Amino acid sequence: MTDDILRMSGITKTFPGVRALQDVNLSVRRGEIHAICGENGAGKSTLMKVLSGVYPHGSYDGEISFEGEPCRFTGIADSERRGIVIIHQELALCPQLSIAENIFLGNERAERGLIDWNRTNHEAARLLARVGLRENPVTTVSDIGVGKQQLVEIAKALSKEVRLLILDEPTAALNDEDSAHLLDLLRGLRDEGITCVIISHKLNEVIAIADSITILRDGRTIETLDMRADAVTEDRIISGMVGRDLEHRFPPHEPNIGEEALRIEDWTVYSPSQRGRAVVSGAALTVHRGEIVGLAGLMGAGRTELAMSVFGRAYGTGISGRVYRDGRPVEIRNVRDAIRHGIAYATEDRKRYGLNLIEDIKRNVSAARLGKLARRGWLDENKEYQVAEEFRGSMNIKAPSVQSITGKLSGGNQQKVVLSKWIFTDADVLILDEPTRGIDVGAKYEIYSIINRLADEGRAVLVISSELPELIGLCDRIYAMSEGRITGEVARADATQERLMQYMTKGQEQKK
Amino acid sequence: MSGISPSDVDAAAGPPDDVIERAPGRARVFGLSLNIRQSGIYIAFALIVVLFSVLTDGALLEPQNISNIIVQNSYILILSIGMILIIIAGHIDLSVGSVVAITGAVAAVLMVNYSVPWPLALLITLAVGALIGAWQGFWIAYFGIPAFIVTLAGMLLFRALTLTVLGNQGIGPFPDAVRTLANGFTDGYLGNIGLGPLGGADLFSLLIGLIAVAGFAASQWRTRAARLGYGQQVDPMAVFVLKIAAAAVVVMAIVVQLARFKNLPWVLMLLAVLVLGYSLLTNRAVFGRRIYAIGGNLQAAVLSGVKVKSVVFWIFVNMGVLAAMAGVIFAGRLNQANPTAGNAFELDAIAAAFIGGAAVQGGVGKVVGAITGGLIMGVINNGMSLIGSPSERVMLVKGIVLLAAVAFDVWAKRRAGTAAQ
Repeated sequence: MTDDILRMSGITKTFPGVRALQDVNLSVRRGEIHAICGENGAGKSTLMKVLSGVYPHGSYDGEISFEGEPCRFTGIADSERRGIVIIHQELALCPQLSIAENIFLGNERAERGLIDWNRTNHEAARLLARVGLRENPVTTVSDIGVGKQQLVEIAKALSKEVRLLILDEPTAALNDEDSAHLLDLLRGLRDEGITCVIISHKLNEVIAIADSITILRDGRTIETLDMRADAVTEDRIISGMVGRDLEHRFPPHEPNIGEEALRIEDWTVYSPSQRGRAVVSGAALTVHRGEIVGLAGLMGAGRTELAMSVFGRAYGTGISGRVYRDGRPVEIRNVRDAIRHGIAYATEDRKRYGLNLIEDIKRNVSAARLGKLARRGWLDENKEYQVAEEFRGSMNIKAPSVQSITGKLSGGNQQKVVLSKWIFTDADVLILDEPTRGIDVGAKYEIYSIINRLADEGRAVLVISSELPELIGLCDRIYAMSEGRITGEVARADATQERLMQYMTKGQEQKK
Repeated sequence: MSGISPSDVDAAAGPPDDVIERAPGRARVFGLSLNIRQSGIYIAFALIVVLFSVLTDGALLEPQNISNIIVQNSYILILSIGMILIIIAGHIDLSVGSVVAITGAVAAVLMVNYSVPWPLALLITLAVGALIGAWQGFWIAYFGIPAFIVTLAGMLLFRALTLTVLGNQGIGPFPDAVRTLANGFTDGYLGNIGLGPLGGADLFSLLIGLIAVAGFAASQWRTRAARLGYGQQVDPMAVFVLKIAAAAVVVMAIVVQLARFKNLPWVLMLLAVLVLGYSLLTNRAVFGRRIYAIGGNLQAAVLSGVKVKSVVFWIFVNMGVLAAMAGVIFAGRLNQANPTAGNAFELDAIAAAFIGGAAVQGGVGKVVGAITGGLIMGVINNGMSLIGSPSERVMLVKGIVLLAAVAFDVWAKRRAGTAAQ
C-alpha cells in the first residue's frame, strides 16, 4: 500500500570497537521530504554514508532496496548512477573553478575528451534557473556566498538526474533568508518528484518542511513520525532524540551585573582582500562583568570581523577606534596583547582555528597561556596535566584522559576544550563566536550552563550566534548588526525574534 | 563526484564518546601494549641491525665499525636535528647541503689562509651559519615565501658562493684540534681495565657510559615518581624496568665496543649533548611546544597568541648554526674544505626526519626519532658496503626504506582515522 522509494532494513555498521549503527530501519516514501533527526553521534551521517556507498556493500550488514530493487553499492559513483546524490555538510566545490565547471565536475560536457564550453555554460545556466540562482555560470565559486554555493551543489545534483537527494545539514552555514530560499527550493523539487532526505539540527525547519521524520538515537531507530497525520512539536522531537524530556532548553540564570569590563567605540575595520570596503563601521558596544551580551546578525553582517579585529587585530586592515578595558583605554596590537589584557576569543570554527586536532587535550588547554606553566621557558608538564585534569572534571569533558587526542572528541567536547583553553588564560572578557555550532542538544545545554557560570564568576561574555532563540534564551542584552553597523540594542525582556530580525535587516532595506 | 575525503573526521558520524579512545595502532605483544606508530621505528632499527649483523657475520658490530658508523654519519645526524624542528613546524630546508659547503669553506679560509685561531674561527663560522639561517628565515617567516622556494634558491646561492670562495680546489689542512673534533677520540685519561674475554677497555669511556646510563635511569625514575604523585598513568613497574634495562644494555654495549677500540669519538660526545639538549627543548621548553603548535594548526597557533613569525625565523637560524657545525666537522674529517662538500646532505637529513616518524603535514616528530632515522640509513649504508653492494643498490634500498617508512605512517594514521569515524 505504501510506495517506498527507499527501504533500508537491519543496517548494522561497526567500526573497530564501536557499533555505530545497530539494526537501523529507514523507509522513505516516493516524493516526500524525509528528515532524519538525532544528536551528534546518533549515526545519521554514518547511515547516509552507507546509503550513498561511501561505506560499500560488505562493510555493513543489512539490506538496501531502492525503487524496489536490492542494491549493493560499491562506491559513490555507483549510487549516483542509480540517482542517489548526497550533498555533504562541508561543501565539496572547487573555489577557484567557475559555477559551470563545478556543476559538471567529473561529469563534463565533452566530446572526444574536449570540453564543449557552450554546452557546459548553457546547461549550467538552465540548472541555475531551476534552483533560482541568478548568477552567471562563468562566475568563480569563491566569489559567491555560502548560500549560493549551496544552490550550486543542488544544481550539480540535478545535473546527475537525481531521484533521491540527501542533504546533510544543508542550512547549517546559511542565514535565515538563504535557509528559507533553500527550503522553498526543496519543496519545489519535491513537487517535481524528487525525493529528499534531509539531516538537520534545526528543528523548526524540520517541522516546517518534512513530511516524515525518523529519529535515531545511539545508532538505533527510535521512531518514524508522520507529519501529515500527527501534530508534532519541537519538544516531541527533542524528547525522542535525547530519550528524556528537556523541560527547559536553557538553564535558568539570574544575572549579577557589575562594572563595565569592555567598551568599544567608533570601531571601523576594512576588508583585507577588498580594498576600501569597510566590513565594520563605527561600531560601539559595552559588556559588563557578570553580563552575557549577544551579538546578532545575518551572515556577512560583520560580527566575526568585529570580534576578531578587537581580539588583537586578528582580522582586517585599517582598523581604527578605541577599546576600553575596565574603563581604561588600552592599545591592543596583536593577539598576545589581547590575551594579556584578559580578552579571549573562541572561534566559530573550532577545527580550523580553535584546536590543534593532532594534539591531546592538555596541550590544547595550555596552548594560549603556556607561560603560566613555565619557569624561565621550561614547562612543568605535571602541572599542565593537573590543570587539564581539573578542567576535564569541571567542564565535564567526556574523554578517558587528558591525553586523548582532541581530533577524536565529539563537537561538544571539543568546544569544552576550547572554552577551557580560554578560561585558563584568566580572561575576564570572553568573546564566544557561535559557541554551540554543530553541537547536539544535550551538549548545548551544558555549554549554556558553562557560559552562565562564567558570567557568575564575574566575567563578561559576548556571544555571537546565528540562532536567535539561543541569543534570546541566553543573553541579558542583545546587539544586532547589519552591514558592519550596530543597528540596535535590545534588553532581554524586550527581545523577540521579530524585533531582532528588524534590526538585523535594517541597512539592507534602506538601500532598496 | 561528490567529494569526501577519507580523513574526514565527521563528528556527526562519530561513535559515542566513551568508546572513542579505544584506538587501534596499539598491538599486544607478549602481553605488553605497544604503540606501533611510535615504537615501530625503534623495532625496525633493531631488526635492521640484526639483519646486517647476520649478513656481515658480525662485522657490523665490531668495535672499529661501530666507531665508523658514528663518525661517518655525525654530520647528517647533526643536520637531522635541525631539520626535524623545521619539519615539525611544517616547513622544509633544501639548502643545508650547500650551507655545509659554504661554512666549511669559511672555516678553511679563516683557519688556513688567514691563520685565525681555531676557537675564534669556529665561532665566526657558526655566526655565519646563523646569518645564513636568518637570511632564509627572514624570507620565509616575515616575507611569507614558502620555505621550499627560499631554500631551493639558497641551495643554489650558497653553492655558488662556495665555488666563488674556493674556486675549483679544496683548502686544507685544518688545525689538529678541528681534526680531532671531527675524527678523533677521547684520551685514555684513566688507563685501561681488563674485561675478561673482551680484552682491555678504556676506563674513562666506560665511566662516561655508566654515568650516562645512571643519569638516564635516575631522570626517568624521577619523572615516573612525579607523574605517580599527580595520579597520572605510567607504565607498570616491570615494563618500566624492562625499558630502562634495554636502553642501558644498548648504550653500554656500544660504549664497551668503543672503549675496546679508540675510546669515545668526540663527535659522539657532541651528538649526545645536542640530542639531550634538543630533546629537552622539544619536550619541555615553551619554545619547543610552540613549534608543535605551529605545525599542528597554524591558524589556531596564531589565535592562541603564538609569535609564529619569530618562532619560524629562529628555527631557521638554528638550522643555519647546526649546518655550520656539520660543515666544520665534515671539512675537518676530510681535512679539506671542498667545493662539492655536502652534496645531497639535505636529502639525507630530510629522509632521516621522515623515516624517524615526522609527519609530512607537520606537527609531529621527535629528535630521537630523527637520530634513529639517520642511524637506520647509516647502518644500511655501512652494512651494504661491508657486504660489497654497489652504491646504486644502496641508493635503491634507501629509497625503498624511505617510501616504506612514510607509507607505514600514512597507513597507521588512516587506520586510526577510520576507527574514529
